[in-house]
Amino acid sequence: MIVECGHFALILALFVALAQSTVPLAGAARGNAGWMELARSSALLQFLLIALAFGALMEAYAVSDFSVINVVENSHSDKPLLYKVTGVWSNHEGSMLLWVFMLSLCGAAVGAFSNHLPPALRARVLAVQGMIGVGFLLFILLTSNPFLRASPAPSDGQGMNPVLQDPGLAFHPPFLYLGYVGFSVAFSFAVAALIEGRVDPAWARWVRPWSLASWCALTIGIAMGSWWSYYTLGWGGWWFWDPVENASLMPWIVGTALIHSSIVVEKRDTLKSWTVLLAIVTFSLSLVGTFLVRSGVLTSVHAFATDPARGAFILLLLVVAIGGSLTLYAMRAPALGGGGLFAPLSREGALVLNNLLLACGAATVFVGTLYPLFLDAVGGPKISVGFPFFDQTFVPLMVPLLLAVGPGSMLAWKRGDLLGVLQRLWAAFGFAIAVVLGAFYVTHGGPVLAVLGLGLAAWIFGAAATELAERLRLFRPPLAGVLRRAANLPRASWGMTFAHMGLAITVAGVSASAFESETINVLQPGESLTVAGYTLRLQGVERHRGPNYLYDEATIAVDRDGRQVALMHPERRTFPLQRQSTTEVAIRTNLLADLYVATGDPDAGGGWTIRAYYKPLVPWIWIGAVIMALGGITSLSDRRWRVGLPSRKAKSRAAAPVGPVAG
Amino acid sequence: MRRLLYLLPLVLFVVLAGYFSLSLGEGSRELPSALIDKPAPDFVLPPLRTGDAVSLAGLRGQVTVVNFFASWCVPCRLEHPMLMRLANQDRISIVGIAYKDRPQDAQKLLDDAGDPYSRVGLDESGRTGIDFGVYGVPETYVIDKEGRIRRRFVGPLTPDAVAKELLPLLRRLRQP
Repeated sequence: MIVECGHFALILALFVALAQSTVPLAGAARGNAGWMELARSSALLQFLLIALAFGALMEAYAVSDFSVINVVENSHSDKPLLYKVTGVWSNHEGSMLLWVFMLSLCGAAVGAFSNHLPPALRARVLAVQGMIGVGFLLFILLTSNPFLRASPAPSDGQGMNPVLQDPGLAFHPPFLYLGYVGFSVAFSFAVAALIEGRVDPAWARWVRPWSLASWCALTIGIAMGSWWSYYTLGWGGWWFWDPVENASLMPWIVGTALIHSSIVVEKRDTLKSWTVLLAIVTFSLSLVGTFLVRSGVLTSVHAFATDPARGAFILLLLVVAIGGSLTLYAMRAPALGGGGLFAPLSREGALVLNNLLLACGAATVFVGTLYPLFLDAVGGPKISVGFPFFDQTFVPLMVPLLLAVGPGSMLAWKRGDLLGVLQRLWAAFGFAIAVVLGAFYVTHGGPVLAVLGLGLAAWIFGAAATELAERLRLFRPPLAGVLRRAANLPRASWGMTFAHMGLAITVAGVSASAFESETINVLQPGESLTVAGYTLRLQGVERHRGPNYLYDEATIAVDRDGRQVALMHPERRTFPLQRQSTTEVAIRTNLLADLYVATGDPDAGGGWTIRAYYKPLVPWIWIGAVIMALGGITSLSDRRWRVGLPSRKAKSRAAAPVGPVAG
Repeated sequence: MRRLLYLLPLVLFVVLAGYFSLSLGEGSRELPSALIDKPAPDFVLPPLRTGDAVSLAGLRGQVTVVNFFASWCVPCRLEHPMLMRLANQDRISIVGIAYKDRPQDAQKLLDDAGDPYSRVGLDESGRTGIDFGVYGVPETYVIDKEGRIRRRFVGPLTPDAVAKELLPLLRRLRQP
């Protein structure tokens, strides 16, 4: 009964979304306030209905209702409750329901926190939001209904892919989806602005918190996914340039460009049509990401549902959403007009450089992901690209970007003094040189590029610290003055400092992964291997029983300089139901380096394959990502989003658009 | 001229959407393989059942379907009835390679679900799979009389792929 209620609520939500996407739009065109107001109540109602549907499915999973096909296919009564609940989004149908749930959540949030918006803009934004909802609700109800019943109901379910039964992965999709879907708000604002033919600093200020929040969620989601693959796949890699990973990376890159370019619109009233385009492209890439994962156009280790019929539907959605918005863009954007002029060497100029490099970076990832299939479609040779392609194209694009992060953020608006800025950065430069020399010394002249990468990280960090120190006038006593300035510094400014420092930390972690050492050996109990000065002795392997799996737990004593420093317990889990096994690696970290041990299969003679890695600075990759996200959250808490929200000034149209608008 | 610039994103998207709609069709199960029309990687594998080693040399002179499978792989079970039909109705000789699987598990799978394979080689280390560039099981390769790989199917063989691609290809390759 609850399941039918959920299904019914979802159908109702579709009709509410239909109303939400049409009536307010007509109201905005005619100036009918009542029709426009419908947008907010219907956004809230749509959210409540979808939450009901989502809750119903969750309940079916929690109580293991095996009369529901979706539960049968993806759950099992033996599963721990946590994975029963997270099983809701571990499959295609459920994850699409999570997708629209997040979408309606965003819609409801826009409705709730938009008192200061002009009613017509609010109505249009929510109407566009409703249209996206209509598309995806139709998709779920017509092709991927999670509420179908099984008759007769089997006595137990088929279980869930063991690889997915992991806390890291359990909470990775909600963050990722919140990020993907959150950019729909920026998209809706962009489309609404195009309909109105008007983009101004006020608009940028309304959009910015939404894109920042989505960016934070996406940052955390991607970091979680990467961390998950690091500790579960058992060979210590943390990024594979897998199509599904790339699908989440592309909106992140363009979203990063968007949160930077919207600063320019807000402060200087220029780069407008470019920012609108970025907002459209960011969400489009989120949609393309969904399409790539769901349709089977790209086969990937991550893709858990591939069905051409669904692919066709999503393609149709893409054509309507992206094609429609880009058509609107082609019609309306030329009239948006430009604003203030600026010299190439200025804060605006630096942000344009940031945008160009990020856009090129995203294009590179896009090409690398799709080129092999594209070549195939036009009858070319079959090739596949992987690490070499991305190392040679993406990395060189990012290097100038990383070099410019520090000085760029210190240039003045309109016209900057690059030489002066570089002079102020002497300490950061010295720090970078010291790090490079130090790294060369410690690694005995290790890989040059990796050492330079560490130097680059030090440069970014040093520049961010210098920028902060200058703002606080850190070295000018009294201390009370510094503290007062610190308290008065806008949160947005702190946010930038944190985010750039986080970036530096991540860059350091990524660079240092070139220094890892690795030993793989088959060990009999009692035998040992050494990696990076640690001696690992296999004491024994015992078999135990977990909730829904059996596991072989190895006990490995770790010695350094003849002294035991740790006992590590990597496991190998066997899930009898799916006849599949997973590796649970043991990681010992001191936040500066990881010692990483995984067990492989036993051999016939009772020996076990033990893979041991020593990975310097690897935890920094995720620590940096979390700090970046915290930077975003700090910036979100800036009082300018809450107090003194802008109202629109009477607009003066400039003659021609200024700034880079080429795609 | 300036207006054309604003059309550019749309034009790019139209090209892309056209390509997407093309690749939604039958070719979608096909992953690029660097080995198409190249000699198949040499392999000599211990047999699951008694007899000679299963090797590439032993397949010379005939068109062979090589299927990578594993007892732990769910999609393989999905594919299994299709392989049984190919073996029994279409009289196609399929060489199975048990990828990263224990012999007793692989044997149990074949005992339970039926055995469509003419020979089964054991690739416990996954080495042969790596040489072939196996992305994940199941994968199916068509090897011609000269020992060259002619086609790769990633994922379970669908009825559609078998009827439209696999069977016509085999007929063509068998012609002298």
